[in-house]
Amino acid sequence: MLRYTLKRLLSLSVSLLVASIIIFLAIEVVPGDPASYMLGINAQPDTIAALREELGLNVSAVERYVNWVSGMLTGNFGTSYTYRTPVVDMIGDRMWISLPLALYALLLSTLIAFPAGILAASKRGSVADTLVMGITQLGVAIPNFWFAMLMVLVFAINLRWFSAGGFPGWDGGFWLAVKALTLPAVSLALPQASILARVMRSALLDTLGEDFVRSARAKGLNRRQALWRHALRNAMIPVLTIIGLQFSFLLAGAIIIENVFFLPGLGRLVFQSISQRDLIVVESVVMLLVFAVVIVNFSVDIAYALVDPRLRRRS
Amino acid sequence: MAVSDPSLSEPGLLRQVLRSRSLIIGVVLSALFIGAALVSYVWTPFDAETMNIPNKLKPPNLVHWFGTDHFGRDIFSMIMVGARTSIAVALIAVGIGMLLGVPLGLASAARRGSWLDELIMRGNDLVFAFPALLIAIMITAVFGPSAVNAIIAIGIFNIPVFARLTRGSALSLWTRDYVLSARVAGKGALRISVEHILPNITNLLIVQGTIQFSLGILAEAGLSYVGLGAQPPIPSWGRMLADSQTLITLAPHMALFPGFAILLTVLGLNLMGDGLRDLLDPRLRNARR
Repeated sequence: MLRYTLKRLLSLSVSLLVASIIIFLAIEVVPGDPASYMLGINAQPDTIAALREELGLNVSAVERYVNWVSGMLTGNFGTSYTYRTPVVDMIGDRMWISLPLALYALLLSTLIAFPAGILAASKRGSVADTLVMGITQLGVAIPNFWFAMLMVLVFAINLRWFSAGGFPGWDGGFWLAVKALTLPAVSLALPQASILARVMRSALLDTLGEDFVRSARAKGLNRRQALWRHALRNAMIPVLTIIGLQFSFLLAGAIIIENVFFLPGLGRLVFQSISQRDLIVVESVVMLLVFAVVIVNFSVDIAYALVDPRLRRRS
Repeated sequence: MAVSDPSLSEPGLLRQVLRSRSLIIGVVLSALFIGAALVSYVWTPFDAETMNIPNKLKPPNLVHWFGTDHFGRDIFSMIMVGARTSIAVALIAVGIGMLLGVPLGLASAARRGSWLDELIMRGNDLVFAFPALLIAIMITAVFGPSAVNAIIAIGIFNIPVFARLTRGSALSLWTRDYVLSARVAGKGALRISVEHILPNITNLLIVQGTIQFSLGILAEAGLSYVGLGAQPPIPSWGRMLADSQTLITLAPHMALFPGFAILLTVLGLNLMGDGLRDLLDPRLRNARR
């Protein structure tokens, strides 16, 4: 297990290293100098030079890369070109919206998908199965930002159960904040829940057809008992993979949904920064999201190896 | 000799097609939108880009079947022209994914366990760590928003999907007897990949292509909704929805029709993909019980 973990850890570090190089190079090829951009066209050359030095732009690209990466490792993400505030503070504030939103959506997606998938698999071919499959087919096809707009129309504008957008902050009370994140989380969760329910159903049907389930049935267990006692645990492996993958989709998907609800999260920050050419913010947010995705996938891999000893040996 | 899938030559193929409800619905829906896109090149009820402010925000009526938007443009015509953008972006992105991903997957499988295989697979993992939206954001931050950049972003994301699928299915084919006999006959890895492996995974690639096509349409809609896709005045479904957002209480029809266009196109392609998979992959058909 230790060897497996170390091996995965090594490949994780390599992924992050390569990702950071790609992100840095991509931003590096952007034409134009941030310092002259910030100061406008009438700036004096010496002012520009001074600002370049202040922003750490006057050294070679390699040095800047090393500074960027080592800065991030020590929690210093640089200074925003536009707001002249530390990027880490800007990200920190917004993280408390995007991360809870993604986790809330993940929770909803799991809470919807598990019962739906199990119901469909245990009553295969029934009306319930057909209904679950039909609804999930629609859930996969619906653009989540459109679904979000429709929910705003119904639940915020017509019924006035929720606010149409914005975020009161966590200081204003926990439930108020959760309420503000509910419509965004539901719209993020719907397509993911549909995918997860279908995966759950087919994984369960696969395991229900396996020999050990057949033996369990032969021992006298009915289909229901066999499903709950034997098939469910074994069907969890593909389901866990999808949950791991979904977290990254939810984090990235939050970028669009935040726009529908005017939530001041990481997504809004990225779009503002793009329009203001505040590339150091874009660079850091993208790197942070990639980091989150890689870490989650790593954790899923480790979780598997704990559940399924065969995976450890195979590596 | 290349061995082909026997299910395609079965006499009951047509009957199977007609029996598959999801395939028929899928094909009809997809054909409807692809047809609308094609027809829009020669005919639309109104010009999709001409503004007519006095006629703005009209609800659906006999003249403007889907109503008009805040500039008085005909929404039905805009949806027809918007279908072009969506379909073109998604289709080219699938093309990029296949053209680069399939050869990578074939090479990876042919040189299984080598440094090349390892490199390709680790590269795949890396791309998977960047959700398509993040790739698009990076590209837009660098080159500015456009339909071409949306295509590249979605296309890059498609590459590992096809590379993994190709590698996985090619690996199982490499152990088959007909591949062994081809090797004994002195054929090289390249020839075997092209002559024996590729023809046998075409079905899988078509099914996956349909799925990626529908995902591409969703991705394009999302990107143009946040302003990272096709730029005005080119109509696109995602941007029509973005425009409708602030007017949703005043003119809900502006939000409903483009949304349904996306939903039905994606649904059609997904159903077609499911239907094709059942039809082309007899193992899955039997497994359906």
